[in-house]
Amino acid sequence: MTAVVGARRRVTVSELVLRYPALGPSCALLLAVVVFSLVTNTFLSLDNISLVVEQSLVVGTLALGQTLVILTAGIDLANAAIMVFGTLLMAKLAGAGGGLTALLAGIVLCAAVGSISGVLVTSLRLPPFIVTLGMLTVVAASSRIFAAGQSFPVSNGLLNLLGQRFYLFGQIEITLGMLLGLAMFLFAWYALSRTAWGRHVYALGNDPEAARLTGIHVNRTLFSVYLLAGVIYGFAAWQAIGRIPNADPNAYQTGNLDSITAVVIGGTSLFGGRGGVLGTLVGALIVSVLRSGLTQAGIDELYQDVATGLLVIVAVALDQLARRRSR
Amino acid sequence: MRRSSGSVRFVVIGAVAVAVVAAGCSTQRASDSGSAGANSGPVKVGLVTKTDTNPYFVTLREAAKAAADQQGAQLIALAGKFDGDNEGQVAAIENLVQQGVKGILITPSNSGGIIGALQQAKSRGITVIALDTETDPKDAVDATWATDNLGAGEKQGAYVKAALNGAAPKVLLLDGTPGGAVDTQRHNGFLKGMGLADGAPQIVGRANANGDQNLAQQATENLLQRSTDINSVYTLNEPTARGAYAALTAKGLTSKVVIGSIDGGCQGVQDVKAGKYAATVMQFPKKMAQDGVTAVVDFAKNGTKPSGFHDTGSELITDKPLAGLEAKDTAFGLQNCWG
Repeated sequence: MTAVVGARRRVTVSELVLRYPALGPSCALLLAVVVFSLVTNTFLSLDNISLVVEQSLVVGTLALGQTLVILTAGIDLANAAIMVFGTLLMAKLAGAGGGLTALLAGIVLCAAVGSISGVLVTSLRLPPFIVTLGMLTVVAASSRIFAAGQSFPVSNGLLNLLGQRFYLFGQIEITLGMLLGLAMFLFAWYALSRTAWGRHVYALGNDPEAARLTGIHVNRTLFSVYLLAGVIYGFAAWQAIGRIPNADPNAYQTGNLDSITAVVIGGTSLFGGRGGVLGTLVGALIVSVLRSGLTQAGIDELYQDVATGLLVIVAVALDQLARRRSR
Repeated sequence: MRRSSGSVRFVVIGAVAVAVVAAGCSTQRASDSGSAGANSGPVKVGLVTKTDTNPYFVTLREAAKAAADQQGAQLIALAGKFDGDNEGQVAAIENLVQQGVKGILITPSNSGGIIGALQQAKSRGITVIALDTETDPKDAVDATWATDNLGAGEKQGAYVKAALNGAAPKVLLLDGTPGGAVDTQRHNGFLKGMGLADGAPQIVGRANANGDQNLAQQATENLLQRSTDINSVYTLNEPTARGAYAALTAKGLTSKVVIGSIDGGCQGVQDVKAGKYAATVMQFPKKMAQDGVTAVVDFAKNGTKPSGFHDTGSELITDKPLAGLEAKDTAFGLQNCWG
C-alpha cells in the first residue's frame, strides 16, 4: 500500500521486508530477468518466457503445498514422493479404467497419504520433520514396489490435458497446466489471506499455544493443512504427467528439496507464521529463471547450483535479520 | 497485519512490467537469434548426460568439449541431477533448443520420459543423437553411438566361463537398476557368454546394486551370508566389482572366485592389473563423444543428418589371457582408459 511509505515515521528496509515477504523476491526476479535479457540474446523471447513458466510448474505446485505446511512451522519432506506415487497410480489406472477415475484416484491417494502425516503430527504430536522423513522413505519404497522396476507411458486425453499448448494472440504459448497452476495459487492466496481458516494457519504457525488460548482448534486446522497439501500434491501429479507423459518411480528425487528452495527463496519463514503463496510463486520462477538464464549465458551447471544455494542462504539471512530488527 | 495486498500489487506490477518488456523486445530478438543461428558464430552443439557427477559422464563431456574446440564448434553441456531425472533432462533439451543448437547429444535416463522433448527438438530441424544408451523406440533419435552392451556382457561371460576351466559355475549376479536398458543388455549378454539361462540353478544369488560400490558391497555381504559356495561373480560395472571384491576379501574368498566386470575406467584397469578382478570389458566413451560432435558439425556444414546405430566397440582387458578369447593387456588398458 502506498500509504505505508508516507506513514507516521520513516519506514526501514527491514520493516518493509518483514511486512511484505514477497517484495524482496519480486525485486530479485525482476533483476534476474533484466540481467539475463541484457547478457544473452536468447533469454528474452516469448517462447523462452513461456518455457521458464512451464519448467517451474511441477516444483511450483509442490511448493504451494509445502508453503502451507511451512507456514505452520512444519516441513514436508515427502511431498515429491507422494506426487510420484500419484503419477504411478494414475498411469496404471488410465490403462485399465477411464482417465477421470485414474485422476480422481490419484488425487485421493495423495490426499490420503498427506492426511496420514497430518494424523501423526497432530494426534501423536510427532515433529513434522521426522514424520515426513519416515513417510518419504515409506512412500518412495511403496512406489518402487508398485511400479516393479518399470515406468509407464501415459496417453490419455484427460491425464495429458495439462500439457496441451495453445497460443494467445497467436504468439504467446500457454499450457492448460499454467492456467491451473495460476488458479491454484490464487485460490490458496485467497484462502490464506481472506478467510478465518487462513488467519488460523498463520496464528498457529506463530505460536500454537497462543492460538489455542484464543480458541482456535489447533489440531483440526493443522490436520486440514496436511490434507489440503496432499490434495495439492495430487494436482502436482496431474501437472507432472501433463509435462512428461511418463510415470517413473525414479523421477523427482530432489523434488522435496527443490520445493523447499522455492518456498524459502519466496520469503516464507521456515519458523512459521510469516510469508505466503505469492512469494512462493515468485520463488519457483526465480529458480527456473536462474537455470534458464545461466544456461543461456553459458555458465556451467554446477555453478548454477552454487548460485541457487547461495540464494537460499541469502533469503534465510534476510528473514532472520528482519525478525531480529523488528524485536 | 498479515494482509499482503501490497505485495500482491507489487507482484502484479512486476509481472505486467516483465510482460510489456518481453512483448516489446521479442519480435526484434527473435529475428536476431534467427540470423545468428543461421550463419554467424560457431556451431552450437548441446550435450545432455544423465548426471554430471559420474566420472564416465565427466569423460564423455570432456571429450566432447575437446572435439568441439578442435572443430571450432561450441559445446554446451547440461545434465540431470540424478539417474532418472527426466524433468531435468527435458528442461535441458528445451533450453538447448532455445539457444539455437544445431544438434543435441544425449544419454537418456529413461527414454519414455524425454521422447516428447526430443520430437520437439527434431521438429525444429535439430539433429538428435543418442550416446552410450539407446532410446526406446530407437527412432526417437536420428542416430546412436554406443557400446554394443549385449556384446560387452557376452565377452565378460565367455571369459568367466573359460576361467572356470570346466568347473560347474556357481555365480552371483550383481545387476544395476531394474528395467534399465543397458543393465538388461549386459546381464543377458553375460548369461549368453556363460551359456546359462536366466533363473538357472547355477545362479546362486542376485541383487540390484544400482552401479554403486557401497550397495554392491552390502548386497554381496548379504548374499555371502546365505552361501559362500560360489566361484564366479558378474558385475554390471567396476564400482560394483570393487564392492564385491571388498565383501569377498572379508570372507577370504578372493582366490577361489573369478570376478568379471565392464567399463574400462582407469581405476578399473588398475584393479585388474592389481589382480582384484580377473578381467574387465572396456568401452570407449571418448569415441562416442568425438563421433557425435563430428556428426553434428558435419550436419551444420552440409545438411546430412546422421543415421543408424554405430557400435563404438569394446575390448576385453586382462593380464591372464585365455585361449580362444581375444584380449588386450592392462598396458593397453591404461593407455585407453577413461576417468
